[in-house]
Amino acid sequence: MIRLEKRPQPSQAWSLATPLVAVLATMIAGGLLFAALGKPPIEAIRTIFWEPLFGEFSFYYRPQLLIKGAPLVLIAIGLSLGFKAGIWNIGAEGQYIMGALTGAGVGLAFYPIEGWYVFPLMILAGAFGGWLWAMIPAILKTRFGTNEILVSLMLVYVAEQLLASMSLGLLKNPEGYGFPGSRNLQQYESAHNAELIANSGLHLGVVAAFIAVIFAYVLLNRHMLGFHIRLTGEAPRAARFAGVNPTRLILFCLGTSGALAGLAGLFEVSGPAGQVSIDFNVGYGFTAIIVAFLGRLHPVGILLAGGLMALTYIGGDIAQSNLGLPSSAIQVFQGMLLFFLLAFDLLTNFRIRLGAPETA
Amino acid sequence: MKLTTLLTSAAMALGLATAGVAADKTKVGFVYVGPVGDGGWTYEHDQGRKAVVAEFGDQVETVFVENVAEGPDSERVMTQMALEGADLIFTTSFGYMDPTINVAKKFPNVKFEHATGYKRSDNVSTYSARFYEGRAVQGTIAGHMTKSNVIGYIGSFPIPEVIRGINSAYIHAKKVNPDVEFKIVWAFTWFDPAKEADAAKVLIEQGADVILQHTDSTAPQAAAKAAGDVITFGQASDMSEYAPFPRVSSIIDDWAPYYIARTQAVIDGTWSSKDTWDGIGAGMVGIGEISDAVPADVKAEALALKEKLASGEYHSFTGPLNKQDGTPWLADGETADDGTLAGMTFYVEGLEGDIPQ
Repeated sequence: MIRLEKRPQPSQAWSLATPLVAVLATMIAGGLLFAALGKPPIEAIRTIFWEPLFGEFSFYYRPQLLIKGAPLVLIAIGLSLGFKAGIWNIGAEGQYIMGALTGAGVGLAFYPIEGWYVFPLMILAGAFGGWLWAMIPAILKTRFGTNEILVSLMLVYVAEQLLASMSLGLLKNPEGYGFPGSRNLQQYESAHNAELIANSGLHLGVVAAFIAVIFAYVLLNRHMLGFHIRLTGEAPRAARFAGVNPTRLILFCLGTSGALAGLAGLFEVSGPAGQVSIDFNVGYGFTAIIVAFLGRLHPVGILLAGGLMALTYIGGDIAQSNLGLPSSAIQVFQGMLLFFLLAFDLLTNFRIRLGAPETA
Repeated sequence: MKLTTLLTSAAMALGLATAGVAADKTKVGFVYVGPVGDGGWTYEHDQGRKAVVAEFGDQVETVFVENVAEGPDSERVMTQMALEGADLIFTTSFGYMDPTINVAKKFPNVKFEHATGYKRSDNVSTYSARFYEGRAVQGTIAGHMTKSNVIGYIGSFPIPEVIRGINSAYIHAKKVNPDVEFKIVWAFTWFDPAKEADAAKVLIEQGADVILQHTDSTAPQAAAKAAGDVITFGQASDMSEYAPFPRVSSIIDDWAPYYIARTQAVIDGTWSSKDTWDGIGAGMVGIGEISDAVPADVKAEALALKEKLASGEYHSFTGPLNKQDGTPWLADGETADDGTLAGMTFYVEGLEGDIPQ
């Protein structure tokens, strides 16, 4: 008989090993899935994990990893602060959209004036847009005790409607023959979040993601506020005795995650995406939740997890094109990653015992 | 934009290298916005791809990537196809327009075909179908078939493409039934079975007994079937699993002839950039079989209209027509020009409600 036994102390070793074991298990289970679909499993796994990094065209894919990973890391860092304190912002997707809308809106308002001040203003507006959208669940929670999970999630759909409305109305390109979508900011130099070095993939959003990682690390390890965040998550009662102000903490965590998601949206809309369009958001806000947990809510872990997720996206598309794998198989593969992570996470707090329970 | 970069030179060197090796086999890539099993838009593009395979056999190799988000993801997928030696790439969603132009700049030797857009360059063509011709046929059937005189219309997004369809259907329904009234619900999606089903139910509750849809799922068909006395039309794909009732006919996108012709042009080395906007006549728009639920005389009238549209004898937008606000648009016998149609952002006279902004 197999049974679970609670560990007296969470296992440090398992806590670190879980993500690696989860990735390995995903590779094995994913390989079986691909084999069942009649595709060569080793080749498929190799295409997903190896091709973007070291394959023939890696000179193109490596920069793409930065472009795809940066918004994930930036959003996940913000989310992880709240998650650590037990404050669940599920609506980063909406905050991402709002940041893109406010940021692009400011840029488009200046069109066609060229000036050094345009982009900094857009950055401020983008962060503000995301922050403002996150303040709605934050204030509703602190004032009326509403559930921030529901409110933030539902605001995603509101933001999506607003995005469609903006693409079709206020921000629509006046020279676009009536088609939806704004002007392309890539063609408006002052508002373009261009690559800092051509073809390196390194745009300001990537820089911002790295800075966010460092700040989060310092905050959590060296700062009183970081200690309060951890304490609230691990021992809420103790936190109250230690004088943590829950209202302030909620406002800070939701606000910061909203602002970072808004920034991610702004950097995306002014750079790689280029324009506000109906289908601008592609789920970064939701995927970032996986990234945050895959990275164990640790800033460095999130950085690695963001890279890994980006790798599966890019490698997944290559596998679709080269091996004819259906996109749903790739999605299942990505889903497995979270599934195995959560499953193996159990081993951090429990150990598996074989045999009958000892009678006391 | 700087072109002479590491990427470009590497890519071009590679392009030259592979061109020599793979000259005998033409590689054709397809970028899809939805899943190939959507039963609508993407499904029909993939049928076109399969037709290319059937036509050319070993002469071509096709690759496709489905569920590609518009924006940077699509740009990456196109670049990847070009790097892997594609000679011709079909990008099958409006939102791929700017990414297609961007990638085409980096790969001057690769030909690109962008569906439903308006930006072209030396190696980027655009193509679209005159779906509004099919809407004229649908409007005729709908006008005859409605008993409540209320026709429901599920719009996707208020863009010229969709507005043209609404106008065309309305004009022809009104022609055969002056009492007809259109109720339009905007779903703000191309493919979302839940939202489409809700929209259909709302329209049915408002008394509509005919539902036209500009969204791609079969959910409205299912809602109509549940209601029992409501007819529908297949959109993008035949949706014949709901025939003969509630689905009484359909508009089918048939991309196969175009895809075969363009692939042939690349093989022959005669490909050049152009804008194609074909309708029933060229076979790009098909009218799915009109089922027995439609009386024989109505069916005959609809088919006669289809023939006149195909031969070019009749244009779907023939005056006298006024705009919604009553201002004259087309004089008696005058037909709409393509420019106005392409950018159509107004309703014709008689339609109620505003186009959402």
